[in-house]
Amino acid sequence: MEIVINLLKRLHPEIDAANAYGLVDDGILTSLDVVTLIMELNEAFEISIPVEEILPTNFNSAEAIFALVERMQDC
Amino acid sequence: MRIKNILQYLEATAARLPDKTAFSDGNGGEALSFSALLSATRRIGSSLLSRGGQGARIAVFMDRHPSTIAAMLGVIAAGGCYVVLDASMPEARIIDIVARAGVSLVICDAKNAARAQGLSLPVVDIETLRAAEIDETALALVRTRQIDTDPIYMVFTSGSTGRPKGVVACHRSVIDYAEALLPALGVSQASVFGCQSPLYFDAPLKEILSTLVAGATTYLIPRTAFAFPMQLLTYLREQQINTVCWVVSAFLQISALGALEKYPPTTLKTVVFGSEVFPRSHYDRWRAALPDAVFYQLYGPTEATGMSCVWRADRALEPDEKIPIGAPLDNTDVLLLSEGGTRILPRDGESSEAGEIYLRGSCVTLGYDHAQEETAAAFVQNPLNDAYPETVYRTGDMAQYNGHGELIFLGRRDAQIKIQGHRVEPGEIEAAAMRCDTIAQACCVYVAEVRALVLFYAGSEAADTLRAALGEVLAPYMMPRSIIQKQSLPKTANGKMNRRELLAEAVALLLKKEPI
Repeated sequence: MEIVINLLKRLHPEIDAANAYGLVDDGILTSLDVVTLIMELNEAFEISIPVEEILPTNFNSAEAIFALVERMQDC
Repeated sequence: MRIKNILQYLEATAARLPDKTAFSDGNGGEALSFSALLSATRRIGSSLLSRGGQGARIAVFMDRHPSTIAAMLGVIAAGGCYVVLDASMPEARIIDIVARAGVSLVICDAKNAARAQGLSLPVVDIETLRAAEIDETALALVRTRQIDTDPIYMVFTSGSTGRPKGVVACHRSVIDYAEALLPALGVSQASVFGCQSPLYFDAPLKEILSTLVAGATTYLIPRTAFAFPMQLLTYLREQQINTVCWVVSAFLQISALGALEKYPPTTLKTVVFGSEVFPRSHYDRWRAALPDAVFYQLYGPTEATGMSCVWRADRALEPDEKIPIGAPLDNTDVLLLSEGGTRILPRDGESSEAGEIYLRGSCVTLGYDHAQEETAAAFVQNPLNDAYPETVYRTGDMAQYNGHGELIFLGRRDAQIKIQGHRVEPGEIEAAAMRCDTIAQACCVYVAEVRALVLFYAGSEAADTLRAALGEVLAPYMMPRSIIQKQSLPKTANGKMNRRELLAEAVALLLKKEPI
């Protein structure tokens, strides 16, 4: 979880990454941020997030992103 | 029929195809047929006229929907000049644009009403305008008096002095653009566009003109779809989109995240890209995924009204060959000039020398608003003509001809860069940083490999505080990925900022595998 929050902080130092629940809905993450985030998650956790999982609901908060990572690690 | 006002296209198409959809949000959102669009345009225009809209600069501060396009056209019907504002722009930038453009009235929707009210200008709600009666006499009078060199819109681009520049365009340039672009791309009534561009740009003219002139239909794709490929691909399929004119980053989002080969968007038959370099590996994948589609690259600056050159991908490229920008559109002339000012011509079978692109024709816009010096530097006398006054636009873009006689874009003469299709002058970001009293030096560099800006500065301000300050004045796409504080910034031997050294540092920083 710490890693996810740090990745988000690096993209958006101005937000409280641990407690932001509308990263997509509030327009904080740009399309470029999403690509960057996915590349970095894939590398940091040695996972491969398939395009079917790249959905707004999976990126709205640090929690949602971490839940996605955990699901991918179980695959 | 003589065309001197772009609304004549809408009137002709609405007579021919009254019930066909002109603009739509898709997915059950707002949609306007051609007759509804014409009616809205005339109602809005009539109401604006009663509010002194003729010859005025009128801001459109609305989200991206069909009624926003009706508002833009309504301003034209009133003989005014529109300036589109966007909720993603920071407050300070909007205030600056509105002041510089001399905006006298703001059209808003419910969502942007509070921010529009904060501008200390008269504000009118779009629904009020749309409910107004049509004043035939007043509209006809505007039309009779109007000439085709009257301005219709203003688009703001990044300026190196730290303030955005407003490019002013008139009917004639836009009519010229429509007449050349539509045949070049094979646009017809059967074309269904999926529009990606924000409306505060000249980029959406491609879709807007195709719709008004040819009777095509344009769907305004929601912005968030471009971050999530599955949403975007579903949208394209459900609306049966067959034509897209997107910035390259929008295509990369689909191919880089692995969606292209798995779910190829096979409804697409015309694929148009531009404004940024399309990495060859991705371009080749798109060509392979959509073998039946026709691909085009467009090139052009805002100052020459939308796009100026087109290349139709009707031959396979060599593995290391750059994608050409092709040849100028009909009724546009490219002057490729060497540093010495002589015209460079294509050479049969081999590449020409490099030169700077100057554009000549009705496409050349009226200039930068309230900026004589900047206008004089870029809108110049044709260097090859010493017989009579002839203004051409000096692009600052370097190019050469390849062995096929096609133009190849080589890069910028200055530091200007493109991010997600937006022009960005690093000088504007540096100037914004220098506005903090405690910052002595600033240098902004672009790391192309990861498409990100890095800002270096010397001063006592903390990096997070500086980021917050920049967020208040810069558009989101201009925000640096990293902001690095230093004791002082390196200088070259002759005392200039050593951009090369800072760029190397930025590359090392962003490409290095740091521990997270």
